[in-house]
Amino acid sequence: MGGTDATALSDGDAELVEELLAGSHRALARVITRIENRAGGYRGIVAALHEHTGGADVIGITGAPGAGKSTLVDKLAAAYRDRGDTVGVVAVDPSSPYTGGAVLGDRIRMASNVGDMDVFFRSMSARGQLGGLSMATADAVKALDAFGKDVVIIETVGAGQNEVDVVRTADTVAVLVQPGSGDDVQTLKAGILEIGDVFVVNKADMDGAERTLAELEEMVHRREGPTKGLDGGHHGFEVPDHPDDGDAADEGDEPAWTPEVRQTVANTGEGVTELIETFDAHATHLRESGAIESTERRRYAEEIRTLVRSDVGALATAEIERRGGIDELADSVRRRETDPYSLAAEIVEPIADCVEAAPEGVGSAAGNEGADPVDDET
Amino acid sequence: MSAEQETRAVRCLVAKVGLDGHDRGAHVIARAFRDAGFEVVYSGLHRAPEEIVQAAVQEDVDVLGISILSGAHNTLVPKVIEGLKEYDAFEDTLVLVGGIIPDDDEADLKELGVAEVFGPGTPMEETIEFIRNNLPERA
Repeated sequence: MGGTDATALSDGDAELVEELLAGSHRALARVITRIENRAGGYRGIVAALHEHTGGADVIGITGAPGAGKSTLVDKLAAAYRDRGDTVGVVAVDPSSPYTGGAVLGDRIRMASNVGDMDVFFRSMSARGQLGGLSMATADAVKALDAFGKDVVIIETVGAGQNEVDVVRTADTVAVLVQPGSGDDVQTLKAGILEIGDVFVVNKADMDGAERTLAELEEMVHRREGPTKGLDGGHHGFEVPDHPDDGDAADEGDEPAWTPEVRQTVANTGEGVTELIETFDAHATHLRESGAIESTERRRYAEEIRTLVRSDVGALATAEIERRGGIDELADSVRRRETDPYSLAAEIVEPIADCVEAAPEGVGSAAGNEGADPVDDET
Repeated sequence: MSAEQETRAVRCLVAKVGLDGHDRGAHVIARAFRDAGFEVVYSGLHRAPEEIVQAAVQEDVDVLGISILSGAHNTLVPKVIEGLKEYDAFEDTLVLVGGIIPDDDEADLKELGVAEVFGPGTPMEETIEFIRNNLPERA
Protein backbone atom coordinates (compact mmCIF):
# COMPACT_ATOMS: atom_id res chain seq x y z
CA MET A 1 0.00 0.00 0.00
CA GLY A 2 0.99 3.60 0.51
CA GLY A 3 4.76 3.95 0.39
CA THR A 4 5.04 7.46 1.74
CA ASP A 5 7.87 8.69 3.95
CA ALA A 6 6.07 7.83 7.14
CA THR A 7 5.73 4.18 6.22
CA ALA A 8 9.10 3.74 4.49
CA LEU A 9 11.15 0.85 5.86
CA SER A 10 14.82 1.25 6.63
CA ASP A 11 17.04 -1.74 5.81
CA GLY A 12 17.40 -2.60 9.47
CA ASP A 13 13.65 -2.50 9.99
CA ALA A 14 13.00 -4.60 6.90
CA GLU A 15 15.36 -7.18 8.39
CA LEU A 16 13.53 -6.98 11.72
CA VAL A 17 10.22 -7.63 9.97
CA GLU A 18 11.79 -10.57 8.11
CA GLU A 19 13.07 -12.04 11.35
CA LEU A 20 9.70 -11.63 13.03
CA LEU A 21 7.91 -13.36 10.17
CA ALA A 22 10.54 -16.11 10.29
CA GLY A 23 9.65 -16.75 13.92
CA SER A 24 12.29 -14.95 15.97
CA HIS A 25 10.98 -14.24 19.46
CA ARG A 26 13.61 -11.60 19.94
CA ALA A 27 12.47 -9.76 16.82
CA LEU A 28 8.84 -9.97 17.93
CA ALA A 29 9.73 -8.54 21.34
CA ARG A 30 11.76 -5.82 19.71
CA VAL A 31 8.99 -4.85 17.33
CA ILE A 32 6.52 -4.53 20.20
CA THR A 33 9.00 -2.29 22.02
CA ARG A 34 9.26 -0.09 18.95
CA ILE A 35 5.47 0.07 18.80
CA GLU A 36 5.24 0.99 22.47
CA ASN A 37 7.92 3.63 22.18
CA ARG A 38 6.30 5.14 19.10
CA ALA A 39 9.94 5.19 18.02
CA GLY A 40 10.98 6.38 14.58
CA GLY A 41 10.13 3.93 11.82
CA TYR A 42 7.57 1.95 13.79
CA ARG A 43 4.84 2.93 11.39
CA GLY A 44 6.72 1.35 8.53
CA ILE A 45 7.06 -1.84 10.54
CA VAL A 46 3.37 -2.04 11.39
CA ALA A 47 2.45 -1.18 7.80
CA ALA A 48 4.66 -4.01 6.54
CA LEU A 49 3.12 -6.45 9.01
CA HIS A 50 -0.47 -5.59 8.18
CA GLU A 51 -0.77 -7.88 5.16
CA HIS A 52 0.35 -10.83 7.29
CA THR A 53 -2.38 -10.33 9.87
CA GLY A 54 -5.90 -11.64 10.09
CA GLY A 55 -5.09 -15.20 11.09
CA ALA A 56 -5.54 -14.91 14.82
CA ASP A 57 -8.65 -15.02 16.96
CA VAL A 58 -8.37 -11.93 19.14
CA ILE A 59 -9.96 -12.17 22.57
CA GLY A 60 -10.27 -9.31 25.03
CA ILE A 61 -10.59 -9.99 28.74
CA THR A 62 -11.59 -7.26 31.12
CA GLY A 63 -13.02 -6.89 34.59
CA ALA A 64 -12.58 -5.20 37.93
CA PRO A 65 -9.23 -5.44 39.75
CA GLY A 66 -9.05 -8.72 41.62
CA ALA A 67 -11.68 -10.46 39.48
CA GLY A 68 -9.06 -13.01 38.46
CA LYS A 69 -8.20 -11.89 34.93
CA SER A 70 -4.52 -12.80 35.01
CA THR A 71 -5.14 -16.20 36.55
CA LEU A 72 -7.85 -16.94 34.00
CA VAL A 73 -5.64 -15.80 31.14
CA ASP A 74 -2.93 -18.15 32.38
CA LYS A 75 -5.33 -21.08 32.41
CA LEU A 76 -6.80 -20.12 29.03
CA ALA A 77 -3.34 -19.99 27.52
CA ALA A 78 -2.55 -23.44 28.91
CA ALA A 79 -5.82 -24.85 27.55
CA TYR A 80 -5.20 -23.38 24.11
CA ARG A 81 -1.71 -24.85 24.17
CA ASP A 82 -3.15 -28.25 25.05
CA ARG A 83 -5.10 -28.29 21.84
CA GLY A 84 -2.09 -27.18 19.86
CA ASP A 85 -2.75 -23.48 19.42
CA THR A 86 -0.01 -20.93 19.92
CA VAL A 87 -0.90 -17.99 22.13
CA GLY A 88 0.03 -14.34 22.43
CA VAL A 89 -0.97 -12.26 25.44
CA VAL A 90 -0.90 -8.50 25.80
CA ALA A 91 -1.53 -7.45 29.40
CA VAL A 92 -2.16 -3.75 29.90
CA ASP A 93 -1.58 -2.15 33.28
CA PRO A 94 -2.00 1.44 34.37
CA SER A 95 1.03 3.65 34.86
CA SER A 96 1.56 6.46 37.32
CA PRO A 97 0.46 9.77 35.87
CA TYR A 98 3.16 11.44 37.98
CA THR A 99 6.34 9.54 37.21
CA GLY A 100 5.25 7.48 34.23
CA GLY A 101 6.54 4.47 36.12
CA ALA A 102 4.57 1.28 36.50
CA VAL A 103 4.72 -2.10 38.15
CA LEU A 104 3.42 -4.63 35.68
CA GLY A 105 2.26 -7.50 37.79
CA ASP A 106 0.15 -9.65 35.49
CA ARG A 107 3.08 -11.86 34.67
CA ILE A 108 3.20 -13.23 38.21
CA ARG A 109 0.15 -15.35 37.49
CA MET A 110 1.59 -16.92 34.39
CA ALA A 111 2.57 -20.12 36.14
CA SER A 112 1.09 -22.74 33.82
CA ASN A 113 3.23 -21.98 30.83
CA VAL A 114 6.72 -22.10 32.28
CA GLY A 115 9.42 -22.00 29.67
CA ASP A 116 6.89 -22.45 26.85
CA MET A 117 7.92 -19.86 24.32
CA ASP A 118 4.79 -20.58 22.30
CA VAL A 119 2.98 -18.53 24.89
CA PHE A 120 4.28 -15.05 24.25
CA PHE A 121 3.31 -12.84 27.15
CA ARG A 122 3.91 -9.14 26.99
CA SER A 123 3.12 -6.51 29.65
CA MET A 124 2.33 -3.01 28.49
CA SER A 125 1.69 0.12 30.46
CA ALA A 126 -0.59 2.98 29.64
CA ARG A 127 2.21 5.33 28.71
CA GLY A 128 1.01 7.82 26.32
CA GLN A 129 -1.73 10.22 25.69
CA LEU A 130 -5.39 9.60 25.11
CA GLY A 131 -6.15 7.14 22.37
CA GLY A 132 -2.51 6.13 22.14
CA LEU A 133 -2.92 3.11 24.34
CA SER A 134 -5.57 1.40 22.29
CA MET A 135 -3.54 2.13 19.17
CA ALA A 136 -0.37 0.66 20.67
CA THR A 137 -2.31 -2.38 21.87
CA ALA A 138 -3.88 -2.91 18.47
CA ASP A 139 -0.46 -2.65 16.83
CA ALA A 140 1.07 -5.09 19.31
CA VAL A 141 -1.76 -7.50 18.53
CA LYS A 142 -0.93 -7.13 14.84
CA ALA A 143 2.69 -8.04 15.54
CA LEU A 144 1.60 -11.19 17.40
CA ASP A 145 -0.92 -12.02 14.67
CA ALA A 146 1.67 -11.59 11.92
CA PHE A 147 4.10 -13.71 13.93
CA GLY A 148 1.56 -16.49 13.52
CA LYS A 149 -0.12 -16.77 16.89
CA ASP A 150 -3.41 -18.66 16.61
CA VAL A 151 -4.96 -16.84 19.54
CA VAL A 152 -4.15 -13.41 20.91
CA ILE A 153 -5.53 -12.40 24.30
CA ILE A 154 -5.72 -8.79 25.43
CA GLU A 155 -6.06 -8.39 29.17
CA THR A 156 -6.91 -5.11 30.85
CA VAL A 157 -8.57 -3.66 33.92
CA GLY A 158 -12.12 -2.70 33.11
CA ALA A 159 -12.21 0.86 34.32
CA GLY A 160 -12.58 3.90 32.20
CA GLN A 161 -12.84 4.75 28.56
CA ASN A 162 -9.22 4.02 27.77
CA GLU A 163 -9.58 0.41 28.76
CA VAL A 164 -12.87 0.04 27.00
CA ASP A 165 -11.16 1.28 23.85
CA VAL A 166 -8.37 -1.21 24.37
CA VAL A 167 -10.64 -4.16 24.73
CA ARG A 168 -12.73 -3.07 21.77
CA THR A 169 -9.80 -3.92 19.54
CA ALA A 170 -10.67 -7.61 20.16
CA ASP A 171 -13.09 -9.74 18.14
CA THR A 172 -14.55 -11.40 21.21
CA VAL A 173 -14.83 -9.59 24.51
CA ALA A 174 -15.19 -11.39 27.82
CA VAL A 175 -16.12 -9.41 30.92
CA LEU A 176 -15.10 -11.00 34.22
CA VAL A 177 -17.22 -10.52 37.31
CA GLN A 178 -16.68 -11.92 40.74
CA PRO A 179 -19.47 -13.24 42.92
CA GLY A 180 -21.14 -11.06 45.48
CA SER A 181 -20.29 -7.93 43.59
CA GLY A 182 -23.74 -6.53 43.16
CA ASP A 183 -22.21 -3.10 42.95
CA ASP A 184 -19.75 -4.29 40.38
CA VAL A 185 -22.57 -5.39 38.19
CA GLN A 186 -23.95 -1.91 38.61
CA THR A 187 -20.72 -0.31 37.46
CA LEU A 188 -20.60 -2.65 34.52
CA LYS A 189 -23.58 -0.89 33.10
CA ALA A 190 -21.47 2.13 32.34
CA GLY A 191 -19.90 1.22 29.06
CA ILE A 192 -18.69 -2.28 29.64
CA LEU A 193 -22.01 -4.03 29.50
CA GLU A 194 -22.44 -3.11 25.87
CA ILE A 195 -19.11 -4.54 24.81
CA GLY A 196 -19.30 -7.95 26.48
CA ASP A 197 -19.87 -10.92 24.19
CA VAL A 198 -19.34 -13.29 27.05
CA PHE A 199 -19.78 -12.64 30.76
CA VAL A 200 -17.79 -14.81 33.09
CA VAL A 201 -18.54 -15.26 36.75
CA ASN A 202 -15.11 -16.20 38.02
CA LYS A 203 -14.48 -17.67 41.48
CA ALA A 204 -17.76 -19.49 40.96
CA ASP A 205 -17.06 -21.61 44.02
CA MET A 206 -17.56 -18.57 46.24
CA ASP A 207 -20.73 -17.60 48.03
CA GLY A 208 -23.09 -15.53 45.98
CA ALA A 209 -22.01 -16.94 42.63
CA GLU A 210 -25.52 -18.12 41.80
CA ARG A 211 -26.96 -14.73 42.46
CA THR A 212 -24.37 -12.89 40.39
CA LEU A 213 -24.99 -15.38 37.63
CA ALA A 214 -28.73 -14.70 37.76
CA GLU A 215 -28.20 -10.94 37.81
CA LEU A 216 -25.99 -11.11 34.77
CA GLU A 217 -28.44 -13.34 32.92
CA GLU A 218 -31.16 -10.88 33.63
CA MET A 219 -29.12 -7.95 32.51
CA VAL A 220 -27.99 -9.67 29.33
CA HIS A 221 -31.56 -10.31 28.33
CA ARG A 222 -32.62 -6.83 29.21
CA ARG A 223 -29.87 -5.42 27.05
CA GLU A 224 -31.32 -7.06 23.99
CA GLY A 225 -33.78 -4.23 23.95
CA PRO A 226 -32.41 -0.70 24.14
CA THR A 227 -28.79 -1.21 23.14
CA LYS A 228 -29.46 -3.58 20.29
CA GLY A 229 -27.89 -2.35 17.15
CA LEU A 230 -25.06 -0.62 18.96
CA ASP A 231 -22.85 -3.60 18.17
CA GLY A 232 -23.66 -3.27 14.53
CA GLY A 233 -21.60 -0.15 14.15
CA HIS A 234 -22.24 2.92 12.08
CA HIS A 235 -22.35 1.78 8.53
CA GLY A 236 -25.97 1.30 7.72
CA PHE A 237 -25.75 3.65 4.77
CA GLU A 238 -23.53 1.30 2.80
CA VAL A 239 -26.28 -1.25 2.57
CA PRO A 240 -28.03 -0.26 -0.65
CA ASP A 241 -24.94 -1.11 -2.72
CA HIS A 242 -24.93 -4.76 -1.77
CA PRO A 243 -28.37 -6.21 -1.38
CA ASP A 244 -27.10 -9.70 -0.55
CA ASP A 245 -26.96 -11.71 2.63
CA GLY A 246 -23.84 -10.11 4.00
CA ASP A 247 -25.59 -6.83 4.31
CA ALA A 248 -28.38 -8.10 6.41
CA ALA A 249 -25.60 -8.45 8.94
CA ASP A 250 -24.76 -4.79 8.61
CA GLU A 251 -28.34 -3.90 9.26
CA GLY A 252 -28.27 -5.71 12.55
CA ASP A 253 -30.85 -8.16 11.25
CA GLU A 254 -28.52 -11.16 11.37
CA PRO A 255 -29.16 -13.81 13.97
CA ALA A 256 -27.84 -11.61 16.74
CA TRP A 257 -25.39 -12.93 19.29
CA THR A 258 -26.93 -13.07 22.71
CA PRO A 259 -24.13 -12.71 25.22
CA GLU A 260 -23.39 -15.93 27.03
CA VAL A 261 -22.93 -16.10 30.77
CA ARG A 262 -20.37 -18.66 31.92
CA GLN A 263 -18.81 -19.58 35.21
CA THR A 264 -15.22 -20.47 35.97
CA VAL A 265 -12.91 -21.14 38.85
CA ALA A 266 -9.69 -19.87 37.37
CA ASN A 267 -7.59 -21.19 40.24
CA THR A 268 -8.47 -24.79 39.46
CA GLY A 269 -9.16 -24.35 35.78
CA GLU A 270 -12.80 -25.34 36.18
CA GLY A 271 -14.99 -24.14 33.35
CA VAL A 272 -12.07 -23.01 31.19
CA THR A 273 -12.72 -25.58 28.46
CA GLU A 274 -16.35 -24.53 28.27
CA LEU A 275 -15.31 -20.89 28.12
CA ILE A 276 -13.03 -21.58 25.18
CA GLU A 277 -15.90 -23.38 23.46
CA THR A 278 -17.98 -20.25 23.93
CA PHE A 279 -15.19 -18.10 22.47
CA ASP A 280 -15.04 -20.45 19.49
CA ALA A 281 -18.80 -20.28 19.09
CA HIS A 282 -18.62 -16.50 19.04
CA ALA A 283 -15.81 -16.51 16.50
CA THR A 284 -17.85 -18.86 14.31
CA HIS A 285 -20.88 -16.65 14.74
CA LEU A 286 -18.88 -13.60 13.66
CA ARG A 287 -17.68 -15.34 10.53
CA GLU A 288 -20.94 -16.97 9.54
CA SER A 289 -23.19 -14.00 10.15
CA GLY A 290 -20.79 -11.66 8.42
CA ALA A 291 -20.55 -9.57 11.57
CA ILE A 292 -16.78 -9.91 11.48
CA GLU A 293 -16.74 -7.58 8.51
CA SER A 294 -18.56 -4.81 10.29
CA THR A 295 -16.42 -5.38 13.38
CA GLU A 296 -13.25 -5.07 11.36
CA ARG A 297 -14.54 -2.12 9.40
CA ARG A 298 -15.40 -0.31 12.61
CA ARG A 299 -12.00 -1.12 14.07
CA TYR A 300 -9.99 0.01 11.07
CA ALA A 301 -12.11 3.11 10.70
CA GLU A 302 -11.23 3.95 14.30
CA GLU A 303 -7.54 3.34 13.63
CA ILE A 304 -7.53 5.55 10.59
CA ARG A 305 -9.33 8.29 12.48
CA THR A 306 -6.95 8.08 15.43
CA LEU A 307 -3.90 8.23 13.20
CA VAL A 308 -5.19 11.09 11.12
CA ARG A 309 -6.25 13.01 14.19
CA SER A 310 -2.85 12.62 15.78
CA ASP A 311 -1.03 13.60 12.58
CA VAL A 312 -3.19 16.62 11.94
CA GLY A 313 -2.77 17.54 15.59
CA ALA A 314 0.99 17.42 15.11
CA LEU A 315 0.71 19.67 12.06
CA ALA A 316 -1.31 22.14 14.10
CA THR A 317 1.26 22.02 16.89
CA ALA A 318 4.00 22.80 14.38
CA GLU A 319 1.96 25.71 13.08
CA ILE A 320 1.51 27.00 16.63
CA GLU A 321 5.27 26.84 17.13
CA ARG A 322 5.81 28.69 13.88
CA ARG A 323 3.60 31.48 15.20
CA GLY A 324 5.69 31.95 18.30
CA GLY A 325 4.48 29.17 20.52
CA ILE A 326 1.37 28.56 22.55
CA ASP A 327 2.40 30.87 25.42
CA GLU A 328 2.89 33.77 23.06
CA LEU A 329 -0.50 33.16 21.49
CA ALA A 330 -2.16 32.83 24.89
CA ASP A 331 -0.64 36.14 25.93
CA SER A 332 -2.01 37.90 22.88
CA VAL A 333 -5.45 36.61 23.84
CA ARG A 334 -4.87 37.78 27.40
CA ARG A 335 -3.98 41.28 26.13
CA ARG A 336 -7.28 41.29 24.23
CA GLU A 337 -5.43 41.67 20.93
CA THR A 338 -7.28 38.69 19.56
CA ASP A 339 -9.49 35.87 20.79
CA PRO A 340 -9.16 32.07 20.90
CA TYR A 341 -11.66 31.48 18.11
CA SER A 342 -9.96 33.76 15.64
CA LEU A 343 -6.57 32.33 16.52
CA ALA A 344 -7.71 28.75 16.08
CA ALA A 345 -9.21 29.64 12.72
CA GLU A 346 -5.96 31.31 11.62
CA ILE A 347 -3.88 28.33 12.67
CA VAL A 348 -6.07 25.83 10.90
CA GLU A 349 -6.45 27.94 7.79
CA PRO A 350 -3.30 26.78 5.95
CA ILE A 351 -4.27 23.15 6.61
CA ALA A 352 -7.81 23.79 5.44
CA ASP A 353 -6.46 25.51 2.32
CA CYS A 354 -4.43 22.43 1.44
CA VAL A 355 -7.42 20.15 1.85
CA GLU A 356 -9.61 22.37 -0.33
CA ALA A 357 -6.92 22.84 -2.97
CA ALA A 358 -6.05 19.15 -3.22
CA PRO A 359 -6.71 17.53 -6.61
CA GLU A 360 -9.51 14.98 -6.75
CA GLY A 361 -7.32 11.88 -7.19
CA VAL A 362 -5.51 12.27 -3.87
CA GLY A 363 -8.43 10.92 -1.92
CA SER A 364 -8.42 7.50 -3.56
CA ALA A 365 -5.71 5.97 -1.38
CA ALA A 366 -7.97 6.31 1.61
CA GLY A 367 -10.74 4.66 -0.37
CA ASN A 368 -8.74 1.42 -0.50
CA GLU A 369 -8.90 0.93 3.22
CA GLY A 370 -12.62 1.11 3.32
CA ALA A 371 -12.97 -1.13 0.29
CA ASP A 372 -11.01 -4.08 1.66
CA PRO A 373 -13.72 -5.64 3.80
CA VAL A 374 -16.23 -5.22 1.00
CA ASP A 375 -13.96 -7.19 -1.34
CA ASP A 376 -13.88 -10.06 1.09
CA GLU A 377 -17.60 -10.21 1.08
CA THR A 378 -18.05 -10.76 -2.65
CA MET B 1 4.52 12.68 8.95
CA SER B 2 5.25 10.74 12.10
CA ALA B 3 5.54 13.73 14.35
CA GLU B 4 4.25 11.71 17.29
CA GLN B 5 6.38 12.14 20.31
CA GLU B 6 8.42 9.14 21.33
CA THR B 7 7.46 7.66 24.64
CA ARG B 8 10.45 5.55 25.51
CA ALA B 9 10.56 4.09 28.98
CA VAL B 10 13.20 2.11 30.79
CA ARG B 11 11.88 -1.42 31.16
CA CYS B 12 13.14 -3.60 34.00
CA LEU B 13 12.50 -7.15 35.06
CA VAL B 14 12.91 -7.70 38.78
CA ALA B 15 13.40 -11.43 39.14
CA LYS B 16 13.45 -13.88 42.00
CA VAL B 17 15.15 -17.12 41.01
CA GLY B 18 15.23 -20.47 42.73
CA LEU B 19 14.24 -21.60 46.19
CA ASP B 20 14.40 -18.27 47.92
CA GLY B 21 11.27 -16.93 49.48
CA HIS B 22 12.59 -13.56 50.56
CA ASP B 23 11.09 -10.92 48.35
CA ARG B 24 10.85 -7.88 50.59
CA GLY B 25 13.98 -6.51 48.94
CA ALA B 26 12.66 -7.20 45.46
CA HIS B 27 9.41 -5.41 46.32
CA VAL B 28 11.23 -2.36 47.65
CA ILE B 29 13.41 -2.24 44.55
CA ALA B 30 10.40 -2.63 42.25
CA ARG B 31 8.69 0.30 43.92
CA ALA B 32 11.79 2.46 43.82
CA PHE B 33 12.21 1.72 40.13
CA ARG B 34 8.60 2.56 39.49
CA ASP B 35 8.97 5.86 41.32
CA ALA B 36 12.03 6.56 39.21
CA GLY B 37 9.73 6.34 36.18
CA PHE B 38 10.76 2.87 35.06
CA GLU B 39 8.35 0.21 33.91
CA VAL B 40 8.87 -2.73 36.18
CA VAL B 41 7.84 -6.28 35.48
CA TYR B 42 8.00 -8.38 38.62
CA SER B 43 8.50 -12.10 38.13
CA GLY B 44 7.03 -13.37 41.37
CA LEU B 45 8.72 -15.88 43.64
CA HIS B 46 10.47 -19.19 42.96
CA ARG B 47 11.12 -18.78 39.29
CA ALA B 48 13.26 -21.14 37.25
CA PRO B 49 16.08 -19.64 35.19
CA GLU B 50 14.19 -20.53 31.97
CA GLU B 51 11.20 -18.52 33.15
CA ILE B 52 13.38 -15.53 33.79
CA VAL B 53 14.89 -15.84 30.34
CA GLN B 54 11.44 -16.21 28.79
CA ALA B 55 10.23 -13.11 30.60
CA ALA B 56 13.32 -11.04 29.81
CA VAL B 57 13.12 -11.89 26.11
CA GLN B 58 9.37 -11.44 25.71
CA GLU B 59 9.20 -8.26 27.74
CA ASP B 60 12.26 -6.95 25.91
CA VAL B 61 13.64 -5.38 29.07
CA ASP B 62 16.59 -3.03 29.20
CA VAL B 63 17.49 -4.15 32.68
CA LEU B 64 17.33 -7.56 34.32
CA GLY B 65 17.73 -7.36 38.08
CA ILE B 66 18.13 -10.76 39.70
CA SER B 67 17.61 -10.93 43.44
CA ILE B 68 19.20 -13.90 45.15
CA LEU B 69 19.56 -14.37 48.86
CA SER B 70 19.86 -18.14 48.90
CA GLY B 71 23.50 -18.50 47.98
CA ALA B 72 22.71 -20.33 44.76
CA HIS B 73 23.87 -17.50 42.52
CA ASN B 74 26.79 -19.49 41.09
CA THR B 75 24.36 -22.06 39.71
CA LEU B 76 21.44 -19.88 38.71
CA VAL B 77 22.97 -16.73 37.24
CA PRO B 78 25.06 -18.58 34.62
CA LYS B 79 21.92 -20.40 33.45
CA VAL B 80 20.07 -17.13 33.00
CA ILE B 81 22.95 -15.59 31.09
CA GLU B 82 23.29 -18.64 28.83
CA GLY B 83 19.57 -18.48 28.13
CA LEU B 84 19.75 -14.80 27.22
CA LYS B 85 22.59 -15.56 24.81
CA GLU B 86 20.58 -18.36 23.26
CA TYR B 87 17.89 -15.83 22.34
CA ASP B 88 20.39 -13.25 21.24
CA ALA B 89 19.26 -11.01 24.07
CA PHE B 90 22.37 -10.85 26.24
CA GLU B 91 24.21 -8.09 24.40
CA ASP B 92 21.69 -5.37 25.02
CA THR B 93 20.36 -6.35 28.42
CA LEU B 94 21.95 -4.85 31.52
CA VAL B 95 22.19 -7.72 33.98
CA LEU B 96 22.35 -6.78 37.66
CA VAL B 97 22.48 -9.02 40.69
CA GLY B 98 21.29 -8.03 44.13
CA GLY B 99 21.67 -9.97 47.33
CA ILE B 100 24.30 -11.47 49.53
CA ILE B 101 27.19 -12.32 47.25
CA PRO B 102 30.72 -13.06 48.57
CA ASP B 103 33.47 -10.92 47.01
CA ASP B 104 35.12 -13.82 45.19
CA ASP B 105 31.82 -14.79 43.61
CA GLU B 106 31.16 -11.20 42.66
CA ALA B 107 34.27 -11.20 40.51
CA ASP B 108 33.20 -14.45 38.86
CA LEU B 109 29.73 -13.12 38.14
CA LYS B 110 31.15 -9.99 36.56
CA GLU B 111 33.41 -12.19 34.50
CA LEU B 112 30.27 -13.93 33.25
CA GLY B 113 28.70 -10.70 32.14
CA VAL B 114 26.88 -9.33 35.17
CA ALA B 115 27.28 -5.56 34.99
CA GLU B 116 27.18 -4.89 38.72
CA VAL B 117 26.44 -6.57 42.02
CA PHE B 118 24.58 -4.66 44.70
CA GLY B 119 24.86 -5.88 48.28
CA PRO B 120 22.71 -5.16 51.30
CA GLY B 121 22.54 -1.50 52.25
CA THR B 122 23.11 -0.13 48.77
CA PRO B 123 21.24 3.18 48.57
CA MET B 124 18.39 3.00 46.10
CA GLU B 125 19.62 6.11 44.29
CA GLU B 126 22.93 4.40 43.59
CA THR B 127 21.26 1.51 41.77
CA ILE B 128 18.97 3.81 39.81
CA GLU B 129 21.86 6.08 38.91
CA PHE B 130 23.88 3.09 37.76
CA ILE B 131 21.03 1.98 35.50
CA ARG B 132 20.61 5.44 34.00
CA ASN B 133 24.32 5.63 33.24
CA ASN B 134 24.68 2.15 31.84
CA LEU B 135 21.53 1.61 29.81
CA PRO B 136 22.27 -0.53 26.79
CA GLU B 137 22.28 1.31 23.49
CA ARG B 138 19.33 0.36 21.35
CA ALA B 139 18.13 1.15 17.91
